[in-house]
Amino acid sequence: MFYIHCPYCDEYRDEEEFHPKGQAHIARPEDPETCSDEEWGDYLFFRDNPRGIHHELWVHAIGCRKFFNITRNSASYEILETYRMGERPRFSAEHPQGESAEHGAAVNVADEAGRVADQEGVRA
Amino acid sequence: MQRYSGFGLAKHALSHHENWQRQWRNPTPKKRYDVIVIGGGGHGLATAYYLAKNHGITNVAVLEKGWLGGGNTARNTTIVRSNYLWDESARLYDHSLDLWKGLSQDLNYNVMFSQRGVMNLGHTLQDMRDIQRRVHANRLNGVDSEVILADQIKEIVPIIDTSKNARYPILGASWQKTAGVARHDAVAWGFARAADALGVDILQNTEVTGFKIRDGQVYGVHTNRGDIESKTIGCVTAGNSGVVAKMAGLKLPLESHPLQALVSEPLKPVLDTVVMSNHVHGYISQTDKGDLVIGAGIDGYLGYGQRGSYATVEHTLQAIVEMFPIFSRVRMNRQWGGIVDTCADACPILSKTQVKGLFFNCGWGTGGFKATPGSGHVFAASLAKGEMHPIAAPFSIDRFNTGALVDEHGAAGVAH
Ligand SMILES: Cc1cc2nc3c(=O)[nH]c(=O)nc-3n(C[C@H](O)[C@H](O)[C@H](O)COP(=O)(O)OP(=O)(O)OC[C@H]3O[C@@H](n4cnc5c(N)ncnc54)[C@H](O)[C@@H]3O)c2cc1C
Ligand SMILES: [Zn+2]
Repeated sequence: MFYIHCPYCDEYRDEEEFHPKGQAHIARPEDPETCSDEEWGDYLFFRDNPRGIHHELWVHAIGCRKFFNITRNSASYEILETYRMGERPRFSAEHPQGESAEHGAAVNVADEAGRVADQEGVRA
Repeated sequence: MQRYSGFGLAKHALSHHENWQRQWRNPTPKKRYDVIVIGGGGHGLATAYYLAKNHGITNVAVLEKGWLGGGNTARNTTIVRSNYLWDESARLYDHSLDLWKGLSQDLNYNVMFSQRGVMNLGHTLQDMRDIQRRVHANRLNGVDSEVILADQIKEIVPIIDTSKNARYPILGASWQKTAGVARHDAVAWGFARAADALGVDILQNTEVTGFKIRDGQVYGVHTNRGDIESKTIGCVTAGNSGVVAKMAGLKLPLESHPLQALVSEPLKPVLDTVVMSNHVHGYISQTDKGDLVIGAGIDGYLGYGQRGSYATVEHTLQAIVEMFPIFSRVRMNRQWGGIVDTCADACPILSKTQVKGLFFNCGWGTGGFKATPGSGHVFAASLAKGEMHPIAAPFSIDRFNTGALVDEHGAAGVAH
């Protein structure tokens, strides 16, 4: 049974309130119309399915109803972190002990600022 | 191999059953085999058996990292049926059902295949329409299948609640009389013993840790017991297939999830068929020993832990008690999980790969036990010929890129 910290509610809640939604950070192809069958099939169906550290999308279905991410070990089931949409994980297969908090935070801020600037017509 | 028989039983009784021979050898790995099968579950062992028996290929090794049947084969709820919706799957599962009928004789091993019937309940008008459609499709494909209504269900299963005031009233069911259950570990052991007798090397505690690939052609595997060579390798590793594929640089359209089962304390005989419901989501049968065997859905998250969550246990038992209020005070004895490899279309993968000589037989997800003999039979033919058997061909990995999915999800009431 998981006891999950929702990064939006900032509370630990029972697994029953949440739904898992599969692998996280799968980017939809920029231009689906020009995708080959190969690329489109890969996007829809092929998954990493690792035995070990996995980033996954969850939704706080009967709580705040927001989507967020969990980094979890798929063999031990240990939850290493939960983080908001648009944020980057600190823990990964490459960094099982976690990157330093400052590094993670710095990347997040730079990243998100960049993304906002990239979106045409968006004025913060 | 000493054949089992009634006479043998009497003979061994005279020596207090102390002189039975081992069921299979425990050989040391050879350097090279004609075919390597990775995974000593039912499907892998069946593949090895049919390679030897039907294709005369006896220089075969089955590599199993643990013990035979320790994967999903001896963790499942043993339901065997073939009433799938689409032509491709009907052919595959019905081919398997045909083999089940003569399996105990063929293997000289009692797999306790019992054709006690399987019903898939409908609780809503839409359920009943889907059931009608599937039963019609089954009959067009020559698969035994019929629609029965609540009063007929009550006749077959007197303890079920078919009253109108049930929260999810039972309106009818699809009924496959020739479906049933089998003893799952006997299936692994029976295939292992028969394959071993034909010369197949069954290597337990032998884990594949990598592949030897040159110029896009596989020529061997690394294992914890040294390297073993073969230019034809079949991976039949169920929930671990993604991990094994990665060793060969391949990615599969699979996700591995925990699926649980429970058994109760033994009861006097009360249920002599198999009852499944997709709508309330639970299914149940009773073993010859008297335990109720109960299962339901997967845990939604990825997991390799061979255990599941309590929330799922609770939902499962709610469904059972909804259908069988009489079981509300039965105590559960044991609960366990297996790791099932699910595909988006709820159909298996029987396929070549980009690596020449490397084949996969996986993706059976929550419902591959029933297919054990059929899967082994067509996969062996594919490995022997280097070309996929016509029954296996529609289940190629390519379907996830071409879009030719065999969409059993939702359509077949696909639970197990
Ligand atoms: C709880 C539960 C209930 C189920 N109920 C039903 C049911 O009622 N009816 C039905 O039809 N199906 C059911 N299934 C599904 C069914 O059990 C499986 O589809 C089927 O048994 C798969 O058989 P297999 O031989 O492919 O896999 P497995 O029996 O899992 O065998 C795979 C083997 O590969 C081995 N392996 C993995 N990696 C390696 C490696 N690197 N090197 C060497 N060996 C390796 C594993 O140790 C394992 O023994 C159920 C499954 C579960 C978990
Ligand atoms: Zn929340």
